[in-house]
Amino acid sequence: MTKVLLIARRELGAYLRSPAGYIIASLMLLLDGILFYLDPFRLGRGALGRGAKLSSDVLEGFFFNASGVTMLACVLFSMRLLAEERQTGTIVLLYTSPVSEREVVLGKYLSALALFAVMTLLTVYMPALIFVNGKVSIGHILSGYLGLLLLGSATLSIGLFASSLTRIQVLAAILATAMVALMLLLWVIGQATDEPFSEVLASLALHNRRFLPFQKGIVEVANVGYYLAVSYVFLLATSKVLESRRWR
Amino acid sequence: MIVADRLTKFYGERPAIQDLSFTIEKGQVVGLLGLNGAGKSTALRILSCLLLPTSGRVTIDGDDVVTRAHEIRRRVGYLPEVPPLYPEMTVQGYLTFVARLKGLSAKSAAERVAEVLGAMSIADVAADPIGTLSLGYRQRVGLAQAIVHRPALLILDEPILGLDPVQIVDMRQRIRALRGEHTILISSHILSEISQTCDRIFVLHQGKIVAQGTEDELSARFASQARVVVEARMSEAELTKAVGTVAGATVRSTKAGAEGTVEVVVESERDVREELSRAIVGAGGGLMCLRPAEVELESIFVKLTRAREAA
Repeated sequence: MTKVLLIARRELGAYLRSPAGYIIASLMLLLDGILFYLDPFRLGRGALGRGAKLSSDVLEGFFFNASGVTMLACVLFSMRLLAEERQTGTIVLLYTSPVSEREVVLGKYLSALALFAVMTLLTVYMPALIFVNGKVSIGHILSGYLGLLLLGSATLSIGLFASSLTRIQVLAAILATAMVALMLLLWVIGQATDEPFSEVLASLALHNRRFLPFQKGIVEVANVGYYLAVSYVFLLATSKVLESRRWR
Repeated sequence: MIVADRLTKFYGERPAIQDLSFTIEKGQVVGLLGLNGAGKSTALRILSCLLLPTSGRVTIDGDDVVTRAHEIRRRVGYLPEVPPLYPEMTVQGYLTFVARLKGLSAKSAAERVAEVLGAMSIADVAADPIGTLSLGYRQRVGLAQAIVHRPALLILDEPILGLDPVQIVDMRQRIRALRGEHTILISSHILSEISQTCDRIFVLHQGKIVAQGTEDELSARFASQARVVVEARMSEAELTKAVGTVAGATVRSTKAGAEGTVEVVVESERDVREELSRAIVGAGGGLMCLRPAEVELESIFVKLTRAREAA
C-alpha cells in the first residue's frame, strides 16, 4: 500500500505542478456554475430565471448537469495518467521497480480520484445555496454527491484503461470518450431490443438507470455495486494491459 | 552472477536476439558492443525485467527474470537510453521518490539521496526542477536514480548518448568510479567507451554474440596477420625499399616519426621482425624501434561484422 500511496502522491504533485490540472479543474467548476445558474438546456431546473420551482427539482437539475461535467472532467483528468508516462519513457522506471502493475494502476487511479473528489466538493456551495434558501434534505445532497463520486470513479477507470492503450494523450481522451459514450447509449440500444436484452443493456448503461436515483436522493445498493464493479473491471483490464507490455 | 542460456527474443517475426548464452561474474564490468539494431538494448531490457524473453532463460544470482522479476528488480539499477525523469519534480524529490519506490525506508532514502547527490555532483541543483537542467545534469540524475538503492547489478544502456566530449569524459569517470560497488553492464556502439571502461566485451551483431573477451584477447584472436611498427632514421623511399626486400612483407601506412625518423606499419602473414631488422640495418638505416602493432578495437569490430555479413 505504501507504494500505491507513493505513486498517488507523485501523480497529485504532477497535476498540481502542471497548468493542465488547473485548466481542467477550472473548466469543470465553470461549467458546473454556468449549468447551475443559467439552465442553458432549458430543463426548467436552473437556479435563476422566472417561475416557481421546487428546491428538490433545482437540486436534481444540478446533479444531473454535474454528472455530465463529471464524465467530461474525468476523461480529461485520466487521459495523461499512463499515456504520458509511455510518451516520455518514464514508465520504464515503474516497470523496472519492485512495484506490481496493480499498484501502479491503483496509485494512478487514486490520485485522479482524490483530485476529482476535491474538485467536486468545491461545488458544494451550490447545493448549500438551495439548502439555505429552499427545502431539501442533507440526505438528498449526500446522495447526489455519492452518485457523482461513483460515476467519476467509473469514468476515471475507463479513462485510465484508454490511457494504457496509447502513448498519445489526445487519442486516449478520444478512446475514453468513445467508450463512455457507448456505455451511456446502452440504454438507448436496449430500448431498440426485446427482453431480456433490453433489460440487460439498460442495467449496464453508465448513467440513465444507475445515476438518476442518486440525483433524486435515493441510494440503492445495486447502483453502488454497479459503479464499483465498472471501476474494478476497468482497473483490472488496465493492469492486464500493463502486464502484457512485458511480452512485446 | 548472471547466467544467460540460449536467450532469444522475437519482435513479431523478427528476431532481436538469438540464442545468447553468457556468464557474467559478480563485480565485473561488461560491455555490450554492437551497431544500432544489434540487440544490445533488448538484452539489457530482459535483464532489467522490462521485457520477457521469447525463449531461453536468464538468472541473476539464481533468480529467474521471468518468475522472480519482483525480487530481481530490487537488486537492479537501470539507466535506459533516455533517462526516465519527471521534468516537473525537483532532483531531490525525484531521487527520494525512486529510492522509496525501490524499497528503501524514508530514513534510508533520505541518507542515500544525500550520498548520491554528492557522488554525482548534483547537490547544487537538488532543489531545481529536472526540466530546467542541462543534458549533462539530466544524465547524472539518471545515473543517480539507477544507483540510489545500491543495486548489485547496474545496467546502463548507451549512457553517453548525446553528451558533448567534456560530459562524455565526466560520465566515463563516474562509471569507472562505480567499479567494485556493482556488477556493471554497459551497452554502446561507441568503441572507445567500451574499451576504456570494461573488463570484458561481448560483440553483438544481428542479435548474436560474435565475439567475447577482454580487449587484448579480442586483439590477439583477430589479429590474423602480423602487423609490425617500424621506426627508422632513413628516407621514406629507402625504408619502403628495405621492407620490400623481405618476402611477404608489405608497407600498409607511413608517417613521419620523431626527430626526423620515419614510421611505417608493415603487414605480413608471418613474424618478419628479425628479417626486417637485418634488411633495414643492411640498407644503412638507423633502426630506432620495432614492435608488434596493437590491433585497435575499431578494426576488430569492423572485421567481425563484415565477416558475418559476408557469411
